[in-house]
Amino acid sequence: MEAAAAGGGCGSGPPPLLLSEGEQQCYSELFARCAGAAGGGPGPGAPEASRVAPGTVTAAAGPVADLFRASQLPAETLHQITELCGAKRVGYFGPTQFYVALKLIAAAQSGLPVRIESIKCELPLPRFMMSKNDGEIRFGNPAELHGTKVQIPYLTTEKNSFKRMDDEDKQQETQSPTMSPLASPPSSPPHYQRVPLSHGYSKLRSSAEQMHPAPYEARQPLVQPEGSSSGGPGTKPLRHQTSLIRSFSVERELQDNSSYLDEPWRITEEQREYYVNQFRSLQPDPSSFISGSVAKNFFTKSKLSIPELSYIWELSDADCDGALTLPEFCAAFHLIVARKNGYPLPEGLPPTLQPEYLQAAFPKPKWDCQLFDSYSESLPANQQPRDLNRMEKTSVKDTADLPVPTQDVTGDDKQVLKSTVNEALPKDVSEDPATKSGLLPPPPALPPRPCPSQSEQVLEAELPPQLSRAPSQAAESSPSKKDVPYSQPPSKPIRRKFRPENQATENQEPSTVGSGPASAATVKPHPTVQKQSSKQKKAIQTAIRKNKEANAVLARLNSELQQQLKEVHQERIALENQLEQLRPVTVL
Amino acid sequence: MAVCVAVIAKENYPLYIRSTPTENELKFHYMVHTSLDVVDEKISAMGKALVDQRELYLGLLYPTEDYKVYGYVTNSKVKFVMVVDSSNTALRDNEIRSMFRKLHNSYTDVMCNPFYNPGDRIQSRFVSLGRAFDNMVTSMMIQVC
Repeated sequence: MEAAAAGGGCGSGPPPLLLSEGEQQCYSELFARCAGAAGGGPGPGAPEASRVAPGTVTAAAGPVADLFRASQLPAETLHQITELCGAKRVGYFGPTQFYVALKLIAAAQSGLPVRIESIKCELPLPRFMMSKNDGEIRFGNPAELHGTKVQIPYLTTEKNSFKRMDDEDKQQETQSPTMSPLASPPSSPPHYQRVPLSHGYSKLRSSAEQMHPAPYEARQPLVQPEGSSSGGPGTKPLRHQTSLIRSFSVERELQDNSSYLDEPWRITEEQREYYVNQFRSLQPDPSSFISGSVAKNFFTKSKLSIPELSYIWELSDADCDGALTLPEFCAAFHLIVARKNGYPLPEGLPPTLQPEYLQAAFPKPKWDCQLFDSYSESLPANQQPRDLNRMEKTSVKDTADLPVPTQDVTGDDKQVLKSTVNEALPKDVSEDPATKSGLLPPPPALPPRPCPSQSEQVLEAELPPQLSRAPSQAAESSPSKKDVPYSQPPSKPIRRKFRPENQATENQEPSTVGSGPASAATVKPHPTVQKQSSKQKKAIQTAIRKNKEANAVLARLNSELQQQLKEVHQERIALENQLEQLRPVTVL
Repeated sequence: MAVCVAVIAKENYPLYIRSTPTENELKFHYMVHTSLDVVDEKISAMGKALVDQRELYLGLLYPTEDYKVYGYVTNSKVKFVMVVDSSNTALRDNEIRSMFRKLHNSYTDVMCNPFYNPGDRIQSRFVSLGRAFDNMVTSMMIQVC
């Protein structure tokens, strides 16, 4: 249809277009929208219409201009496109011109030069911040709240950039843009909203990226009320959302040809790591599976309703064996995460969550054997300290907050520790100052640095040489020292069960790989160099730090124990209920 | 072509019952209920161990004017009852068996879900388990018709 119309519409115009099904649909919808908006256009539209052959539907220049601007191409490109499609020549946007223009926009967004030849090949649909995603439409409602507010400022600022339209177009621009977008279908205001947010991106992928961060941000106020109601645990979903925004927006850039409908169901690298960690906490061997009852307890902590959890199980347990392998577990966890963030559960398991896909997409993480050992020797009771460590090691810290299942109360502590760890890691470069002071603290202070470095496999190779070099940076010494001890408690449980700091510091020494002895050796020559006053100062500082460490450690221990107590209480209540239920039956 | 499919628990209460909505559902419920007597009779008549699937399948329980009722019992005394239209003479015994086998498989899938408590109704009203089971039953009802 379009091809024939294009051929018959303007003989010397652009060559006939061959549009695919999706393109036809999209273009006709866009054209209808622009044409429909033109119906309500003011007077200047009339002279334009009179030049058109009777019976032809034209798209008013105002909405068309807005549409083109929404494609986020530079103004030069848009001028080129309007020239090429023939609208400038004939003076209006008929269907043929419009479709050619859309195709050219798609070509330009894909990076092809704006030429007639470009549109002859297969192109994706042009991205206008207004087309497509079901996901977007899903977010449409919350985003709509913000849509109308930013609309008008955007239009007034953008007006000037698109100047070389026909005179009638220009006049129309001033008037119809303010009216037509408001009159257009409800889905467009939120789409306009996203344009200011995404200002500056012009690529196809990146334009689709912001669609998702934007709805997350829009969704945050929605979820916030439910988050705040549950108090402490509630803060977790909030932090998780910010992390989700980050993780989703970061990850989006790395994926090519992602079908945007699948985006919510695509597991990012950080998420994947996190899920794997959680899996390990339940089942040390990543190649075996978690039994149903264990998984049930774990997922029940997510506080979703039982019917939803059972549905998620149905979706994720692909082989219906009552147990979850690692990919199945990741899929289930991801679905829970999505559900907690307000996504409706899908009808069927999305292709990106299929076990085969997950196994193929993500190779098994390469964890050191030492970490395996540490897991195997730890009891489930120490799950939380381990989770804490895992989380501190992952680059996106806040995704760790997500697991409402495992950390209801300790999140705040972990946040503090995490932030300090992140501070500590960059400062690993500087030598530990206490080593120069020659006090006792040096030996305990040193090992912590190698510990986080060991866990961060990347830094492992760097640190031992750095320690042996013994740089002298007294200024940085105190802050870094402060941070380093904080990193100590988190790394401890990796190796062994959770212990008080003093005990652990002693244990840290043997546990450090080669750098411990090396650093201890470098410590001894230094003490003799330092002056007495600085020694004393440092002694006080280290004492303060040690106390703070001890406090932090004990506080964390306390919170973990409290959580365990809570869980035991819950179990007790559940058991009592079961007992009550069973009693009448046996009596009968 | 199944007109009504029912899953009865060991204690003889229905876990799942569904009939084609064209006719009065109450009639089917009554038929299933009365068929339970026949099922119990057949079970007691059998030996102790019901290992062979042949024994799981009880066959035609009783025919009425319009319908035939078939029964199947699992090892855990969960009964499946299926009512088929008599006019559908093309439906052979083997097909009924295979339908019961599919039912049994779907039922075990439901059982595997740790969130399902044995003895609960298999409902797909909310977003819960039983959706796959329900879909399977739907396919059976639409199928051979």
